[in-house]
Amino acid sequence: MGNPVTGIGAAVVRREDARFITGAGRYTDDIRVEGQAYAVFVRSPYAHARIVEIDCAQASEIPGVVAILTGDDMQADGIGSLPCGWNVTQKDGTDMRVPPHPPLATGHVNYVGDPVAVVVAESLETARQAAEAVAVEFDELPPVVDLATAQVSAEIHAGITHNLAYEWELGDREATDAALAGAAHVTRLDLVNNRLIPNAMEPRAALGIHDAATGEHTLYTTSQNPHLARLILSAFVNVAPEHKLRIIAPDVGGGFGSKIFVYGEETTVIWAARRLRRPVKWTADRSESFLADAHGRDHLTHAELGLDAEGRFVALKVHTVANLGAYLSTFASAVPTYLYGTLLAGQYRTPCIHVEVHGVYTNTAPVDAYRGAGRPEATYVVERIVENAARETGRDPAELRRLNMIRPEDFPYQTPVALVYDTGNYEQSLDRALELADYRGFSERRRQSAANGRRRGIGFACYIEACGLAPSRLAISLGAGVGLYESGEVRFNPTGSVTVFTGTHSHGQGHETTFAQVVSHRLGVPFEAVEVVHGDTGRIEFGLGTYGSRSLAVGGSALVLAADKVIEKGRLIAAHLMESSPDNVDFEDGAYRLKDSNRSMTIQEVAFASYVPGNYPDGLEPGLSEKAFYDPENFTYPAGTHIAEVEVDEQTGVVSLVNFIAVDDFGRIVNPLVVHGQVHGGVAQGVGQALLEVGRYDATGQLLTGTMMDYCLPRADDLPDFVVDTTVTPCTHNPLGVKGCGEAGAIGSPAAVMNAVTDALGVPDLAMPATPEKVWRELRRQREQA
Amino acid sequence: MYRFRHHRPATVDEAARIFSDCEDPAYLGGGMTLIPTMKQRLAAPTDLIDLGRVDGLSGIRVSGEEIRIGAFTRHADVAASREVIHAIPALASLARQIGDMQVRNRGTIGGSVANSDPAADYPAAVVALGATVHTNRRRIAGDDFFKDLFETALEPGEIITAIDFPIPARAAYRKFPQPASRYAIVGVMVAELGGKARVGVTGAGPCAFRATALEEALNRGFDAAHLEGVEIPDAGFNTDMHASAEYRAHLVGVMAGQALAAL
Repeated sequence: MGNPVTGIGAAVVRREDARFITGAGRYTDDIRVEGQAYAVFVRSPYAHARIVEIDCAQASEIPGVVAILTGDDMQADGIGSLPCGWNVTQKDGTDMRVPPHPPLATGHVNYVGDPVAVVVAESLETARQAAEAVAVEFDELPPVVDLATAQVSAEIHAGITHNLAYEWELGDREATDAALAGAAHVTRLDLVNNRLIPNAMEPRAALGIHDAATGEHTLYTTSQNPHLARLILSAFVNVAPEHKLRIIAPDVGGGFGSKIFVYGEETTVIWAARRLRRPVKWTADRSESFLADAHGRDHLTHAELGLDAEGRFVALKVHTVANLGAYLSTFASAVPTYLYGTLLAGQYRTPCIHVEVHGVYTNTAPVDAYRGAGRPEATYVVERIVENAARETGRDPAELRRLNMIRPEDFPYQTPVALVYDTGNYEQSLDRALELADYRGFSERRRQSAANGRRRGIGFACYIEACGLAPSRLAISLGAGVGLYESGEVRFNPTGSVTVFTGTHSHGQGHETTFAQVVSHRLGVPFEAVEVVHGDTGRIEFGLGTYGSRSLAVGGSALVLAADKVIEKGRLIAAHLMESSPDNVDFEDGAYRLKDSNRSMTIQEVAFASYVPGNYPDGLEPGLSEKAFYDPENFTYPAGTHIAEVEVDEQTGVVSLVNFIAVDDFGRIVNPLVVHGQVHGGVAQGVGQALLEVGRYDATGQLLTGTMMDYCLPRADDLPDFVVDTTVTPCTHNPLGVKGCGEAGAIGSPAAVMNAVTDALGVPDLAMPATPEKVWRELRRQREQA
Repeated sequence: MYRFRHHRPATVDEAARIFSDCEDPAYLGGGMTLIPTMKQRLAAPTDLIDLGRVDGLSGIRVSGEEIRIGAFTRHADVAASREVIHAIPALASLARQIGDMQVRNRGTIGGSVANSDPAADYPAAVVALGATVHTNRRRIAGDDFFKDLFETALEPGEIITAIDFPIPARAAYRKFPQPASRYAIVGVMVAELGGKARVGVTGAGPCAFRATALEEALNRGFDAAHLEGVEIPDAGFNTDMHASAEYRAHLVGVMAGQALAAL
């Protein structure tokens, strides 16, 4: 049952929005404490250099400077290297090769923006001034910037030959080669997946406080996963013991993955606060975000898809070179491997798949998970090559997909690349999308566009993703350093309100609304009576945070388990109070009812009784508060069809996205407003990748796209009104039947848009982003050939 | 931002006097370029002479054949001005395409023109309409005003007080914006003035200029057919990651054609 206005499935307006849009949010930079000093980082202006000397003499004399600290000071205090949390085993069975990653560089700098020293001063202006006055002598070394040649360039990290972190493979190489050799047709494609720079609205920030009396360290920071940050800073970086380190991620203005990771700056801030006995505050400016936030994507791929004479896929072979940047960021190793290679089956029954990935170091900012993390890259490979296969063999791209799709009766479906899909109905999403796109009317629309000097193209992406990260046993067996379960606590307060604690973190996702919907629905208490607490290791027992579209599927499931424990304990109390036995008491819509009787009491009355246990079951603990850990037994597999339609201006090369349809299967939906919002945002980001965005370095490793003036994020006027719809096959293995919706938009849309662009242009490929000049040059080439 | 002294003179003469007394002064108009540059610590004037309170620098007046726009007039005011919309709608339209709402509410025509940013919009109108730039010392013909990248005919300390725009028989401005910054990769104003064509181009080169080849073509008739095949040499044109010189040259022709169609 549940409340139709606020329960599961209701389009509840997000309760957190009022504070966000009225400026009442409380972000890290809003928090000021007595005596706080300000940190500014001295960064490397070179992509690759040896640090000869750091001369702080002149800077230290500037009035107001508290201290200038370097990587050597940090090492002397026993602060360790920033670890990568996922060990990828290479195809030869050895571990991946990981260079040291000191929070402040020691000895060498490896990308432009690598922090070298920190200035702490009484004011931000003084800190900036002193940072300029720190004289660092560098001995420049040849930078390795170009991904294609990085493996045959100078060694960046001593002993890591060919700049290779790992050579990894998945799938059956021999079977795949054999199937390709016997294929009636093989489509080949070389693809670039362009580097992206995340640009969350709120830049990273940190405020470190050390209480000398208790030894407690408190770090306010922009984190998507404060408990994980605490674990890493404590266990691996040696900042403070876990029980003396509290991490609070208050309101956080977006992350898209970039705030999952443990970075040098935040680490430095909490260490400096203890060393200097002063609270220390650092807030990145936008230029620092561009330089030093982990970037995303950046792959070079060669792919081959074999088809039999009827158009059935017989094999897919993929070779990818993935840029990891200068160091191995927190989850960087897993993104182009386990979050990428495992997704190459897509929605199809391709029997043989083999993928080999070379993870490569370059003198660029570290590359790690960015909205979708591996799955957009996989979808791009599969959906671009499937589209080309349809064109090359003269088949309708929708029908070729349909022919090869995994059918409802095939589930659970074991792919050749490790995953077992639990459920889905891919044709249903495809058909709905074709209908919404008026696919039949496309040729007429194309004719009309041509009459106006515009070429029209249509493109599909039938994507799949693995979300709900992750079954711990599986993840750990594949190299994860932590489990990927989630914790939740449901606590009745004596007066009947409920405080919910979740180990996930909301930085734009709307958990304060959706999780309250889930819990109020389950417990049958008013939505308004449920408060959701997240983002504080001091208040929440444990958690793994928010990424990989996991929060509802994993964190929400933990809350369901905790709520069910609350209900069961309440049943014992209710049975006692109604003088019956627990199995004679039903619970529904917030009330315990005696079977075959009209006696009942609300769960809130039971909660009060639990805290005032005068008349109470013998041996039962007072109070009504329960915790649960939920470890998923499988990933969830959201999937769907995106269709993009573009027009290309013949004169200027400008690509206009004129229509975009997203039909997604996210399983059961808790709040359609929030889901649609996630799809809209994700699609906008994916369209940005396809048409506008690229993070570009010059040959010396200077970031050319280091400001909003040059890095083109999508704006409202770059986008049409999206048509968004959903189909539902409930997830079979979590109690909510949900799959996750945060990344789908960014996963499906780049391939859909580029399939449309290449359809309009009649070319096999065009490198993203499809900028006007690039398109114009292609149009001109065609005119000259004609 | 480094430390600086802030001056707020009441007259142009006082502003010029302060300028001559300071070590490394800068005039402050709307501050849409100077302030961000100072914040990035790329500019460090010792003294900012704020022209915001100088008498008589703002306002729009139509007199006979011309519109006079005071140097401190904000872009938003030009865009919304009934007089400008009536007399030179292309100029109001150009002003409406500058930056974003915040920029238009702060930025001034004098500041924009004095800066000679190669991608600014106003310079296209100054050359296309044959405007006259008034300063505290003299009058400068629009054709002679822009010299190079961020270089104008202005001498040190010279202050633009107003710009006179002759009212054309017709004019139109078309801009191909850089996708990220929305500055002009190429902006072209086509005007008919005294029976002659004038074409002002911004964005393509180091500073705004007249496209004489296009003018000659249009003087044979204001017709798209005459623009066909007109070569726009790209020598000296800007090249950056958003557009090569070659592409900019192509866009000059396209934008001119679109402006012509909108006349």
